[in-house]
Amino acid sequence: MKEQLGKIKLEAKKALDHAKNMEELNDLKVKYLGKKGELTQVLRGMGQLSAEERPIIGQLANEVRDELNATLEEQMNLIKKTEQKQKLNLETIDTTLPGKSFSRGTKHPLTQVIEEAKQIFMGLGFQIAEGPEIETDYYNFEALNLPKDHPARDMQDTFYITPEVVLRTHTSPVQVRSMEKLNPEVPVKIICPGKVYRKDDDATHSPMFHQIEGLVIDKGIRMSDLKGVLLVFAQQMFGADRKIRFRPSYFPFTEPSAEVDVSCGICDGDGCKSCSYTGWLEILGSGMVHPNVLKYGGYDPTEVTGFAFGMGVERIAMLKYGITDMRLLFENDIRFLQQF
Amino acid sequence: MKVSFKWLQEYVDIDITPEELADRLTNAGVTVEYIEHLNKGVAGVVVGEVLEVVKHPNAEKLSLCQVTTDGDNHFQVVCGAPNVRTGQKIPFALVGAELPGGLKIKQAKLRGTESQGMICSAQELGINEEGLTSDQKEGILDLDPTAPLGMDIIEYLSLDDCVLEFDLTPNRSDCLSVMNIAREVAALLGKEVKLPEIKFSDIEKKIEDLAEVEIKDSNLCRRYVAKIVEGVQIKPSPQWLKHKLICAGMRPINNVVDITNYVLMEMGQPLHAFDYNYLSAGKIIVRKAEKGEKITTLDENERELTEDMLLITDSQKAVGIAGVMGGLNSEVTHDTTTVLIESAYFNPSNIRRTSTSLGLRSEASLRFEKGINIETVVDAANRTAQLLAELADGKVLKGIIDNYPNPIERTKIKLELTKVNEVLGTNINDEQIKEILSSLNINIIEENGSVITLEIPPYRPDITIAEDLIEEVARLAGYDNIPTTLPFGASSKGQKTLEQKLRDKIIDTITARGLTEVISFSFINKTNFDKLLISEGDIRRQAIPVLNPLSEEQGYMRTTLFPGLLDILRRNINRRSENLGIFELGKIYLPQGFPEKSILPQEKWTLGIALRGELVSNWQDKAQPVDFYYLKGIVEDMLEQLKITDILFKPCQDSPLYHPGRSAYVYVSGEMLGIIGEVHPQVADNYDLAARNYAAELDVELLIKLGHGPIKFKQLPRYPAVHRDLALVVKEEVTASQLMEVIWAEGGDLLSDVTIFDLYKGNQIALDYKSLAFALTFQAENRTLTDIEINDIHEKIQKALAEKFQASLRS
Ligand SMILES: [Zn+2]
Repeated sequence: MKEQLGKIKLEAKKALDHAKNMEELNDLKVKYLGKKGELTQVLRGMGQLSAEERPIIGQLANEVRDELNATLEEQMNLIKKTEQKQKLNLETIDTTLPGKSFSRGTKHPLTQVIEEAKQIFMGLGFQIAEGPEIETDYYNFEALNLPKDHPARDMQDTFYITPEVVLRTHTSPVQVRSMEKLNPEVPVKIICPGKVYRKDDDATHSPMFHQIEGLVIDKGIRMSDLKGVLLVFAQQMFGADRKIRFRPSYFPFTEPSAEVDVSCGICDGDGCKSCSYTGWLEILGSGMVHPNVLKYGGYDPTEVTGFAFGMGVERIAMLKYGITDMRLLFENDIRFLQQF
Repeated sequence: MKVSFKWLQEYVDIDITPEELADRLTNAGVTVEYIEHLNKGVAGVVVGEVLEVVKHPNAEKLSLCQVTTDGDNHFQVVCGAPNVRTGQKIPFALVGAELPGGLKIKQAKLRGTESQGMICSAQELGINEEGLTSDQKEGILDLDPTAPLGMDIIEYLSLDDCVLEFDLTPNRSDCLSVMNIAREVAALLGKEVKLPEIKFSDIEKKIEDLAEVEIKDSNLCRRYVAKIVEGVQIKPSPQWLKHKLICAGMRPINNVVDITNYVLMEMGQPLHAFDYNYLSAGKIIVRKAEKGEKITTLDENERELTEDMLLITDSQKAVGIAGVMGGLNSEVTHDTTTVLIESAYFNPSNIRRTSTSLGLRSEASLRFEKGINIETVVDAANRTAQLLAELADGKVLKGIIDNYPNPIERTKIKLELTKVNEVLGTNINDEQIKEILSSLNINIIEENGSVITLEIPPYRPDITIAEDLIEEVARLAGYDNIPTTLPFGASSKGQKTLEQKLRDKIIDTITARGLTEVISFSFINKTNFDKLLISEGDIRRQAIPVLNPLSEEQGYMRTTLFPGLLDILRRNINRRSENLGIFELGKIYLPQGFPEKSILPQEKWTLGIALRGELVSNWQDKAQPVDFYYLKGIVEDMLEQLKITDILFKPCQDSPLYHPGRSAYVYVSGEMLGIIGEVHPQVADNYDLAARNYAAELDVELLIKLGHGPIKFKQLPRYPAVHRDLALVVKEEVTASQLMEVIWAEGGDLLSDVTIFDLYKGNQIALDYKSLAFALTFQAENRTLTDIEINDIHEKIQKALAEKFQASLRS
């Protein structure tokens, strides 16, 4: 029986090694290891063996079965791999063909700039306020320390709806509207993005444009705080290496007032064509809230101080993205819009 | 405001370059926008005299001239200018001279004749032609006969000067005066101002004997000063005066007019010179105009006045509109010999109103409307008299008429010194603060501990409160010296309102579906309502007009987003972008009782969508046109993202903007959200758009009202769902939503989802019928459903559909 087992082992191993596919392997499995297989046949004859021989042959038979099983499995794995490889080979595609196309929607660059500004100022604790675009003369001018006949009304060419109602020329009316709503609560910390209108139409002016107004009122607010907040804004909006500069200016609703420049990102402040060789780019107007405006808003200027600023969103977008003609922002050319 | 640098130097010692000065001024808030150097590259040009002019032997249009620059030496020069004459003084470029543009003068032969130099035109010298006569512009620049022979032209024409061009903020109208700019410069550089000495001798004749001034409205005319000069010789002004005026952008006219302009520029005091002989009875009356009163002003325009305008009259007639423009009837002319000088202070807002309503802006009105120095009104009259004596041989009458009924006191302001640093966040010491203020002639008149009282000089009407003083300190100390800090008060929470978040979400969901956001103007042309076929009574026609629009195109506030969206489609098609998906989230403006009721119009956030063309395609996906369902899918997706569930689409046949068979009203929770559908082909055609275009206009305020607040998690189902299909055959006019409605109603609580997976029309079913296949999902929260209960419900649904719509099962 020993020889018989040895023969089966040799024969089976050889056959298994030569098997070409799963089908053959399965046949061989049945032939040698199945219930009616050769190995089983041999083991059936075990009863004729002596008591001493039985465990020896038994062990041997088990060893042969284990070995054949191991070989079978090995072969199966091998063949599986080969078969899979062949199958995958057949499934080859041209991966250099373009991928599926999706229509890609974009937000208007002005929306994106406004959103970014909102995020920056929210991080500094500002809330987002809103106000009407069709506004009374009172909120747009008078409550901002711009009485009728004030020469500074010339600074803004106004669209009128009625003699007492205008298209707001700036987002500043939201200052007094917010103060009226919140007083005497402090701190007031709001920004207001929105559309504004002026009678102007050329490469650098549009009759409709966007501004972001900012207002902070609290006890002990200083002009240096204005500088700090705007520095954070400029560095987050334009880059951490940017500097800002304050220049004295005039707005009827702030005193002292400052025009704010950010260092030119193209030349790093050395001067280039984009910044008219000054190294600086004007980005916004700002100042300490005029005591009269605080009074109009219901705050006592001897108790609190505040600062306010207003920036043109188009200007920021143009600087940020390198857009040279403001009109592009309102032409809504899809090829332009989809670049953002 | 433009000022000659040299003129400025006469009043203050400037020891830095014009560029450095411009920087200092700009950093102090008096912005210098531009510096123009007058010498554009001239060298070696001197004053010459033409001694002889003869025709060039070989050229019709050329002359042969003999020029001298010292009286002895002659240069032979060929000249092509028609205005060259013997005895003329001219700018003569010697051989070796340089002209702007790099031109070098060499000895040359012109048509066979030697030419040793060149007689220059203004243009060749690079001179601003503003102040020149047309003769001077066309030919060579003929100089005044008094020009000293041989003098370098740079010196004679002050070409070594430069012009500072200021961009002044409205509060710094004091700097519309060279003298006041000099004061600012002096404060910045720590120098003293040197003001011109006003002195002249007068004659025995007294002004009181010739003239009288009466102010009838002392509110509108606070002060009126008159001075008379006789024996005046009208002639051109000397070169130095012309130069300063030209630098200031004013055209020299004659000595009298030039002198009044000169003093205006110098002191900031507008002056007017009347020809005394045309003032009836030597009388000046300052009064309001009568309604409809007319006057012909210096510019020869007849102007009709209103009752609130201030007039200068003599005993019989109006001779000028106060502070705005003089009358033609009393103008200084070549025959004028006696001049009455007016120097006055008029009410700023009155002048502003008058000049605005007449559309007449002059150098005078510009200054009056911002408030001039009331204390130097007399000085200015005297200064004018002095110059008339010096430059026009005038004899100044003794005395002056100064009608100043209610003298104005100087402004006094209390300043708490500690407040300066509290407001600025700086650390400037008290002494420094006082020094800065005193350099600006803001003087302490009382000191009480840390509170000082200051007197404001009369030429700074912009300084009225303590904060103005703080700004003066800040700008002279330098804004760069303000540190950078952050507010230290109570912290606050930065956030958007729910409304703002939802609007942002709408934009997010729609861009995620591949549409591009556009922003169009809020104003539209009224013709759009016709193009949109909007009926006469439609509320959208009640758009709010802009009183003073830039053009018809922008005449009305939009009541619909359609015009903007359709225009944008058109414009993009013109640029060869054919497949378009755009949207705008913006406001429309509805009167809602405005302006009759004293409320502002309603500004309503609205969402507009417009689509046309094909969906993106590539080698895998065939091009497929967008359609109604594509648009609807976008809207449904947005509603789903906003967690709005109670949605109903109802066919819309009555909106003029839409295709009657391809549009639907959208209802959410029973309220009308808007309409979606195909743009009516006629409307599309009116916008020059070929079919087919799809659009939607939805009420964002309603979306926000119904949109979700915080999201709440819902338990996942624990028991399996059961799916059943239901294929129905119904008449064509039965809508999917009618069927859906019944399915949902009959399905009860256990029906959890219904979708439509097939629509069939064709020869397998009868004509006028269609087949719709529904996939139904049943689910219970607490148990596994049995076949029997599902079958019951399914049958119930079928029965109801059969009863209501004669729906049969498709076999
Ligand atoms: Zn630069």
